[in-house]
Amino acid sequence: MYEHLETADPNLTSVANLKRVVVDPVSRVEGHGKVTLLLDENNKVQQARLHIVEFRGFEKFIQGRPYWELPVLVQRLCGICPVSHHLAAAKAIDQLVGIDPANLPPAADKLRRLLHFGQVLQSHALHFFHLSSPDLLFGFESEIGKRNIIAVLGEYPELGLQGVKLRKYGQEVIRMVSGKRVHGTGAIAGGMNKALNKEERDYLLQDIDQMIAWADASVALIKKVHTSNLPFYDDFATIRSNYLGLVKPNGALELYHGGIRAKNERGETLVDHFDYCHYNDIIHEEVRSWSYMKFPYLTSLGTAMGWYRVGPLARVNNCDFIDTPLAEAARAEFKAHGGETMVHSTLAYHWARLIEMLHCAESIKTLLHDPDIMSADLVAKGEKRYEGIGVIEAPRGTLFHHYQVDENDIVTKANLIVSTTSNNMGMNESVRQVAAEYLSGQELTEPLLNNLEVAIRAYDPCLSCATHAVGKMPLQLELLDAEGKLVDQLVRHSSGEFVHGI
Amino acid sequence: MSKTINIDGQNIPFSEGQTIIEAATAAGVYIPHLCHKPGYTPHGSCKLCTVNVNGRNCSACTFPAAEGQTVINNSEELRHDRMRITQMLFVEGNHLCPSCEKSGNCQLQGVAYHLNMLDNHFPHFYPLREVDASHPDILIDHNRCIFCTLCVRASREKDGKSVFDISGRGIHKHLIINSPSGKLKDTNIDVNDCAAHVCPTGAILIKRTGYQVPIGQRIYDHHQISEVALNEEGGAGSLPAAALPPSLEVAGQGSLPAAALTPSLEGAGHGK
Repeated sequence: MYEHLETADPNLTSVANLKRVVVDPVSRVEGHGKVTLLLDENNKVQQARLHIVEFRGFEKFIQGRPYWELPVLVQRLCGICPVSHHLAAAKAIDQLVGIDPANLPPAADKLRRLLHFGQVLQSHALHFFHLSSPDLLFGFESEIGKRNIIAVLGEYPELGLQGVKLRKYGQEVIRMVSGKRVHGTGAIAGGMNKALNKEERDYLLQDIDQMIAWADASVALIKKVHTSNLPFYDDFATIRSNYLGLVKPNGALELYHGGIRAKNERGETLVDHFDYCHYNDIIHEEVRSWSYMKFPYLTSLGTAMGWYRVGPLARVNNCDFIDTPLAEAARAEFKAHGGETMVHSTLAYHWARLIEMLHCAESIKTLLHDPDIMSADLVAKGEKRYEGIGVIEAPRGTLFHHYQVDENDIVTKANLIVSTTSNNMGMNESVRQVAAEYLSGQELTEPLLNNLEVAIRAYDPCLSCATHAVGKMPLQLELLDAEGKLVDQLVRHSSGEFVHGI
Repeated sequence: MSKTINIDGQNIPFSEGQTIIEAATAAGVYIPHLCHKPGYTPHGSCKLCTVNVNGRNCSACTFPAAEGQTVINNSEELRHDRMRITQMLFVEGNHLCPSCEKSGNCQLQGVAYHLNMLDNHFPHFYPLREVDASHPDILIDHNRCIFCTLCVRASREKDGKSVFDISGRGIHKHLIINSPSGKLKDTNIDVNDCAAHVCPTGAILIKRTGYQVPIGQRIYDHHQISEVALNEEGGAGSLPAAALPPSLEVAGQGSLPAAALTPSLEGAGHGK
């Protein structure tokens, strides 16, 4: 739709005086990325790109390590969704000891699901309350000093506190199952290393009803925000795309294990209940010269038409139903909203994300009442294999881990497709849409540029593992002329001080 | 009337033939150490147990206790020296605790916590060292070897096999394996040998057992290495070297009661 803005007309770049505007780094996302715009003399946007500027190299340096290290080693990719990497790797190494998901002991399967629901709950709460609520509550172009969680806590103390406590609860679930809030251990090849004891189970049970109530209220809040700002919320950064994710065999929303389902923009099924061990038959990745992040696509549709979006919007769009009552009611309302089979609104990612958060809270309650999570039957073992593939729905979307090992149990090859990679094209399209529809032709200011970040933030991208201090993120906007000469700049120092001008 | 030495102002009895560390351990005084292990011939190489005896620094694991000794064990200067030694051990190899399966059960990590080591201080060497995964049940990760020679002594003294030795000098020092190929698979080591279980770090590991002990139940999750060492070695420490049967040596698992290791809801191991 806005592909023409991926690369400016080469004739134009050589003759016209294109100005370069850079948003670097993009703030309130996980990891580091930047946006560049090329503008002509009338401030018309000729090119808009989201660049991912980090390089991690995990696939290389896990080569030569024993396979049982993988779940603990690769979870260090990220400080926000380490559990998803931990479990995707665990599912892969289960296969190395001959255990397919169906043969995992029920206790281990349920403990892993509990762990993952805690993960998705805390990640979604973090993203909505800490990272995105300032934009949604104060407005995209509000004063920059207000656009942070501290201001949210000041003006909406109850809501802000609920966000902090929801996240904390998710982390406590993780700690009870894996020993630590971040980067614990838990999943081992063929099972889990411990069950929950009664004390731990009761500790989590005491707050779960409150969490469900808060999660339910947050769905109502985002619905109100979304539907009070129409058609803007339906149109902003919105693109029509394919959607991909895992679903349960009965078509229900699934986060831990299922088959791949992909639908096109009209809601027609492209692939269904596809065994993810053969993912390579349906998905390939394209490399483009200007980004370190690859562009995955469905091979059947090709690079131009085969790109797809993943994550909450894709999952809630793709599933037939959600198997917890409150989240299912919320899903039905959500799907009815757009008046189409699929909801394409990019800002609806927030809405779908909170429906999933509610589903996680409800599912945690169900699992805590399941006696299997206190069972001692935790590990199964079968015949050694040399290849393992684990796929999971991480908070940000479908996550692929693929490993090969030799006869000595050493990793020889690894391939990871992380969720945000799948949203690469979607994020770039959204950035170009905002640039073309909302920025083009205007004098650029910091509040206007925040619109670009709002578009990216909707995807909750995890550009790599990262932490950042509230309000201390240094930000530098540079205006360069066609010769690369600095014309103007706006700098925010880590002290919060602003300096305008050269 | 038994003979005594004085450690940090405390009179401690000793019997003839005991080293300073043996007398101290028997009396409940912890002296940090890595290459020392009760029942093994003292080696005196890691230098962590350095104490000041009558004004002179020496290794407590090799120095015999003698009447009239005034020993300084607990001083800021010695703590600082021991921390620097530990930091050097960390930067010489590749000790990556966050993903290491020995984390929480590792004596090198335990000593570092005990000494309040908060950084590595020295630039990392990032040496290129091999992983020998050739044996079906035992894995050698040379990245984590600190040359304490406990596996060398275990194989020789307890297992009667001589599977390991240290070769080279200074920075070129490395663990070698006694087989024509230099690979562990071509030795006669067995998974039940003392040498397979004695490593204080994660250099010699039993394959496919990593991370099976949950966080909260690992050796050093709730107890400092000083407590664990005194608990494990307290009785044994008073015996002369090499007097222990091998059966007491395997795995170095603590004799702490299981109840003491139950995880609390407040958890532990933060930052490990």
